[in-house]
Amino acid sequence: MTTHTVSRRDFVVVLTATGGGLLLGCRVGDRSGVATAAAAPPEPPAFAPNAFIRIGSDGRVTLVMNQVEMGQGTYTSMPMLLAEELEVGLDQVQLEHAPPNDKLYANPFFGDQETGGSSSVRGFYEPLRRAGATARTMLVAAAAQTWDVNPASCRAKRGVVTHTPSGRTLTYGALADKAAKLPVPDKAPLKDPKDFTLIGTPAKRLDAPDKVNGKAQYGIDVRLPGMKVATVAASPVLGGKVAGLDEAKAMAIAGVRQIVNLGDVVAVVADHMWAAKQGLAALAIRWDDGPNGNVSTADVVQGLDAASQQPGVVARTQGDAVAAIAGAAKKIDAVYQVPFLAHAPLEPMNCTVHVRKDGCEVWTGSQTVTRAQGTAARVTGLPLEQVVVHNHLLGGGFGRRLEYDWVTQAVRIGQQVEGPVKVVWTREEDMQHEFYRPYYYDRMAAGLDGGGKPVAWTHRIVGPAIVARYLPPGFRNGIDPDGVDAAVQLLYDIPAIQVEFVRHEEPVLNTTFWRGVGPTHNVFVIESFMDELAVAAKADPVAYRRALLGKAPRARAVLDLAAKAAGWGQPLPAGRGRGVALLFSAWGSYLAEVAEVEVSKEGELRVHRIVCAVDCGTVINPDTVKAQIEGGVNFGISGALWGEITLKNGRVEQSNFHDYRVLRMNDAPKIEVHLVRNLEAPGGLGEPGTSVTAPALANAVFAATGKRIRRLPLQAQLRSS
Amino acid sequence: MATLNINGRDVTVDVPADMPILWVLRDVVGLTGTKFGCGMALCGACTIQLDGQPTRSCVTPVAAAAGKKITTIEAIGETPAGKKVQQAWLDLEVVQCGYCQSGQIMSASALIAKNTHPSDADIDGAMSGNICRCGTYPRVRAAIKQAAKGA
Repeated sequence: MTTHTVSRRDFVVVLTATGGGLLLGCRVGDRSGVATAAAAPPEPPAFAPNAFIRIGSDGRVTLVMNQVEMGQGTYTSMPMLLAEELEVGLDQVQLEHAPPNDKLYANPFFGDQETGGSSSVRGFYEPLRRAGATARTMLVAAAAQTWDVNPASCRAKRGVVTHTPSGRTLTYGALADKAAKLPVPDKAPLKDPKDFTLIGTPAKRLDAPDKVNGKAQYGIDVRLPGMKVATVAASPVLGGKVAGLDEAKAMAIAGVRQIVNLGDVVAVVADHMWAAKQGLAALAIRWDDGPNGNVSTADVVQGLDAASQQPGVVARTQGDAVAAIAGAAKKIDAVYQVPFLAHAPLEPMNCTVHVRKDGCEVWTGSQTVTRAQGTAARVTGLPLEQVVVHNHLLGGGFGRRLEYDWVTQAVRIGQQVEGPVKVVWTREEDMQHEFYRPYYYDRMAAGLDGGGKPVAWTHRIVGPAIVARYLPPGFRNGIDPDGVDAAVQLLYDIPAIQVEFVRHEEPVLNTTFWRGVGPTHNVFVIESFMDELAVAAKADPVAYRRALLGKAPRARAVLDLAAKAAGWGQPLPAGRGRGVALLFSAWGSYLAEVAEVEVSKEGELRVHRIVCAVDCGTVINPDTVKAQIEGGVNFGISGALWGEITLKNGRVEQSNFHDYRVLRMNDAPKIEVHLVRNLEAPGGLGEPGTSVTAPALANAVFAATGKRIRRLPLQAQLRSS
Repeated sequence: MATLNINGRDVTVDVPADMPILWVLRDVVGLTGTKFGCGMALCGACTIQLDGQPTRSCVTPVAAAAGKKITTIEAIGETPAGKKVQQAWLDLEVVQCGYCQSGQIMSASALIAKNTHPSDADIDGAMSGNICRCGTYPRVRAAIKQAAKGA
């Protein structure tokens, strides 16, 4: 492996130079490149009015990206918010990954620097516009002062301030030094949305050019002088320990340099991944499984079922739902279940670390870069300021990279290794040591009047409280706000409603947020059960819902739009069916989806067409909205049709994409997205497409076959029925 | 020692003959555009071209490249098909996280280099080995059709 002696400042350039002799030059003005702020500090900026904007006296505009890019387009939408008010073109800016700093970059929804929960646009719509407006106001003031004119007689556009009456101009670069000396205004005025020239227009993704030519740098692409590569095996059973291994055999493999046995995990450190992988196989590790060695999925389900017999904490109540059901003309109840799921982002977990006595450097892709920094500090005992984290583009996040277990592990390994080491998980290690979407178990009941209209609705949710672990202040009065999301906002006009949350932890697998979070499970349950009510009422599923949406005009509008666009009610060939689902949750977006599926005589399920209608309020980048719905729907199809992680003898049974099936081109349906445009507050958009898909598919399967599937994944249930 | 022709240049590397090309490219030569996804030829993230044939580099030993030309994502834009595919990818905003896109583009370029009128079935056949967890499939399909028009 080539080694170079380089200074830290040259780091990013050298990295990319070794990547094929192509100099990305992200420090020197290639707008499509993304640098890490901490790794490659630019020349001291002449003008840095806040943590998001830097303008050099050469006119270079650098925008610091607090939210991380994992495909959702945030490295385009966040720059659009800044550039709209700063009055620069997107072709005039370059981007940097923000360093870890909760004080500067906290997500207002979570209180720390975190990208998740479809919150970036919702959380930063106002703060980033304000940051841009503040900078622009100061640059205009600097120009007005230079010319001794009234700032109101000046206007800014594309990085130039013009004195309108005289036509005199000054560039932002020329004004930067002077602007830096001016006081920062308290509350710079924001544009009227009707004057937006960028927000709401289809802007080209700023990260795209480097993603089609191999230049984009993900955590796994890090290369450092003298760096070793390691791969790992952690106990296949949570809580297990190493009982024995054959170190000599592994060390005999060419390129293997070191074995690091930490008791719960073993790393083989080598010159390259191939040697590390072979070394790991040669170790033939024997495990002491510990207390979870006999656990299977059935044990987990049994625990959830037992917990579901008890009442939970009431998360929403109106009227006396239990009494109303007891007295109803017709009673319906059902149990719904959704399995453990892996996120399986295509870039496996990886982290490069260099642990020294006086400092620790970490290179990874994280949705929560301060948590990555925090764990490195805790493991090493170093103060936070001596831990530098270089964040990267993420090769998929989906919630997996909200955790930091692989960073903790890499730092522990790095403590035993001289020089930098890149720890890369194999796909098998990744699939079997995830933080999974929890198994949820829901009890539903409803009462209908003589006309089939619902008079009462109860929903008991049983599952872990992820928020209690992840964001303890958010877990209040025994309710996980994520666990009940979408259930407590139920928009249907039903006189009596009760939603309960039963916290039940099954600590045999680590669990966390999965794309679509709480609503991915709740919307499946709610919208499937709503279909059951429509069937019981002998009503059309769209008309039945519509009649209950009198107080929710935005929801009714997307339902109408999706139904019309999908040709709801028009005849389909035998074996095919259409299903509908509606979504509203804390994201603030309204979605309706119509799925068209086909089930063969052999029970093979195929999705032909998805039609989505979306009202997410103010739209930043309309093409990104469509892309996120398309991608979210496809992610939802993978989960709903095939996704299932199962346990046997404490071990995850799935290991790679042959036994954890995900959507491929030949199975991918046509997807149509219809946007409702308005200037309501912006809603979250990265996840709703995923959450609304499973119930639309399950309802379509019912329409096609008459089979009501209450336990995902659909394909396995169709085959077993 | 093995001499490989990578993107038109001869490169000599000291690696075992059974080492997959993926790790030679990424960890020895330093070309990181070719991605690791599964290690079992299941996901297509590691797709390169060997004499123009799309090939899963994670299971293809370096010995299999002897006397053949390796093309990676870093140089596919120098081929007429690769250039059209990259442009169509940008025109239609295909990428999301982008991690699989090197492999998608390598498979798509090989397809349209040979087939200027790919049908949906042709696209299914050529592209179903490339997983995209972001679900960009509708745009991949549309971009292939657009790129092929100019091929």
